[in-house]
Amino acid sequence: MLQIILIMAAGIATGWLLRQRIPVKWLNPVITVMVWALLFFLGVEVGMNEKVLASLQSLGLEALLLAVAASAGSIALAWALWKLIKRKEGGRLP
Amino acid sequence: MKGSVIIVGFFVAGIMVAVMKLLPWNGDMGTVSYLTLCALIFLVGFMIGNDAEIVKKFKTLNRLYMLLPLMTIVGTLAGCAITTLLLPHRSLADCLAVGSGMGYYSLSSVLITQYRGPELGAVALLANIVREVFTLLGAPLMVRWFGKLAPISVGGATTMDTTLPILTNVCGKDLVIVSIFHGFIVDFSVPFLVTFFANL
Repeated sequence: MLQIILIMAAGIATGWLLRQRIPVKWLNPVITVMVWALLFFLGVEVGMNEKVLASLQSLGLEALLLAVAASAGSIALAWALWKLIKRKEGGRLP
Repeated sequence: MKGSVIIVGFFVAGIMVAVMKLLPWNGDMGTVSYLTLCALIFLVGFMIGNDAEIVKKFKTLNRLYMLLPLMTIVGTLAGCAITTLLLPHRSLADCLAVGSGMGYYSLSSVLITQYRGPELGAVALLANIVREVFTLLGAPLMVRWFGKLAPISVGGATTMDTTLPILTNVCGKDLVIVSIFHGFIVDFSVPFLVTFFANL
């Protein structure tokens, strides 16, 4: 995690130093394409992981159920918070 | 919708390529995806540093956003508690321990294997991988249906690293700071919560 924080700090510093020189329009498409690449690599990683593939059949359904429940619970409360903020700010939202 | 379909497509393509052993190279894929992630994190940082408005916007951001990590933790635990009813062979503490992984599958599966054995450890590994995958694949739809905080909350502990680039793309850069803050707090909660529930 420390590594990630340092890399982000380096990115922030670089971006700040170059803030008047480089137009950032190109950044979003680059990030989008790299996200696709990352997803592909993560897929390969899952596909290569024998342990995950082996346990998928026996424990997969149980894991899926827990993941769905955890996600649904988070979504419910995050949605409530989002609505609360929206109401308080009267539509002025990012 | 289109966003989600493309993302799922790339992910599934990756799995297929690996399962069908089409890879020309049999090395350490973890390193490749980690380096890609590092490059992405650098670019997200670059974007933050480059945009003088972001810090200004963060200052005007509603203080209520700081409650999001709490929503995530309470929502996750509540959801997993209900699951106990559907899984009679698992105790409440088992379900809460798995849920406390918050998508941080490496750490949570190791801890749970240690305290509760390899079977629940494997459940924790799978459940938390699936949670991360939900975030990566479903973020565009969640924003549409449940607002911009939903995918950040589902992302759990991963929203300051693995899922940050995609959340930046989907939720807009105004919420980048919220996403980082959320990931940071939830990330720290994982070892404590998992250890606590695994020892109940």
